[in-house]
Amino acid sequence: MAEELKLFRSWSSPYALRVVHALKIKGLEFETVVEDLKNKSASLLEYNPTYKKVPILVHKGRPICESLVILEYIDETWKQSPLLPQNPYDRAMARFWAKFGEDKVFPSIWSVFVSQGKDQEGAMAQAAGNLKYLEEQLKGKKFFGGESIGYLDIAFGWMANLISILEEIADLKLIDAETFPCLSAWMNNFADDPVIKECWPPRDKMIEKFKAMREPYLKQGA
Amino acid sequence: MAGSGVKVLGSWSSPYSNRVQITLNLKSIDYEFIEENFYMSNKSERLVEANPVHKKIPVLIHDEKAISESLVILQYIDEAWTSNGPTILPSDPYDRAIARFWASYIDDKWFPWLKELEKASGDEGAIVGNIFEGLMVLEEAFVKCSKGKDYFGGDNIGYIDVVLGSYLGWIKVIETGFGLNLLDETRIPGLTRWAQRFCSHDAAKDVVPQTDKLVQFFMMVQATKTNSSSG
Repeated sequence: MAEELKLFRSWSSPYALRVVHALKIKGLEFETVVEDLKNKSASLLEYNPTYKKVPILVHKGRPICESLVILEYIDETWKQSPLLPQNPYDRAMARFWAKFGEDKVFPSIWSVFVSQGKDQEGAMAQAAGNLKYLEEQLKGKKFFGGESIGYLDIAFGWMANLISILEEIADLKLIDAETFPCLSAWMNNFADDPVIKECWPPRDKMIEKFKAMREPYLKQGA
Repeated sequence: MAGSGVKVLGSWSSPYSNRVQITLNLKSIDYEFIEENFYMSNKSERLVEANPVHKKIPVLIHDEKAISESLVILQYIDEAWTSNGPTILPSDPYDRAIARFWASYIDDKWFPWLKELEKASGDEGAIVGNIFEGLMVLEEAFVKCSKGKDYFGGDNIGYIDVVLGSYLGWIKVIETGFGLNLLDETRIPGLTRWAQRFCSHDAAKDVVPQTDKLVQFFMMVQATKTNSSSG
């Protein structure tokens, strides 16, 4: 039965990929509209007038915006393969760590990527501190969700693809297997999962894109 | 049902703490409120133990488990107490998504402009412009969500009401401090009247701080920052 699902995304947005992952894990069919963010469609602007961004999930003609909001919507609408745990405290913990990811982990890793010299050393220490929390959360578990991929794995999924790309461009190691054994193993398990694996954007295009994003910071650096 | 060990580590002055208190009040949940001097650089042992990651308020302690981040706490309260009246989030998944969307907009997009105003030097005009624009967006959201009723949540205070309502004390401080009329009935009639209703609601009236008390608090914190040694 057609669920009338349409996903507005860009070719590379990690936020949109979260929605792709969730929809695939739930086994849902959906139509994809790939947006050129430099030339946004009238539909995009109509569906997300507040932010004019992707991803947007349109279900039966009604738009839902903001990737983590979309994940919860998907989980509440389709009950198979639950993404969030059942227990209220565990759900709270998943939401807490997802917010930690948005507010602390990603910005700190980005800081490492765009800084140099002494600044970069400081940024590395900050990022490592944040990553240690994730390492702790993974102890004794294959995924943040336990045996199978869940909400928090999807929220952090960008790491499984982007970290190695940033490491290659900046010629440094953010997450090494010795310091972060659980996190390293998780990144491999997540990236290689059959449902997830087929969704990654082309690596060479990603490298090109992020190299270009880093340029302005190198120019202004010491 | 009695509180069975519900504690809130918070502060009367913090909107994030206020929203937890208001939600517990809405659900008639008894709790012990522990005031933390969160603005001081040395946090209490109790706070550091309850929230080692951020060392921030509010923290809800229930059955000896600590939950941090106000929006996480609000949703936890909704999910952990299922027989204490209506949920503050709507029951329909689409409406819940809309509620979460606007909560995120209020916290991550709109309120930061108010904080920026505090630090502004010369570009106040542009920031005030953004604040007003945001209020117009929220006015539209109010009209759509309330569907002619008193609150974003309809007949009862809901998630968006608590999130935005918890900022009303500070909004009034900014109006006073900057000589602005943000809750202007001619521009945002729905929200202006909503604000009055919210502040006089039983669950909120003793929680949303008085403007003069907040102004005094703000000046005291500024003085503490100036007087303390750097670092």
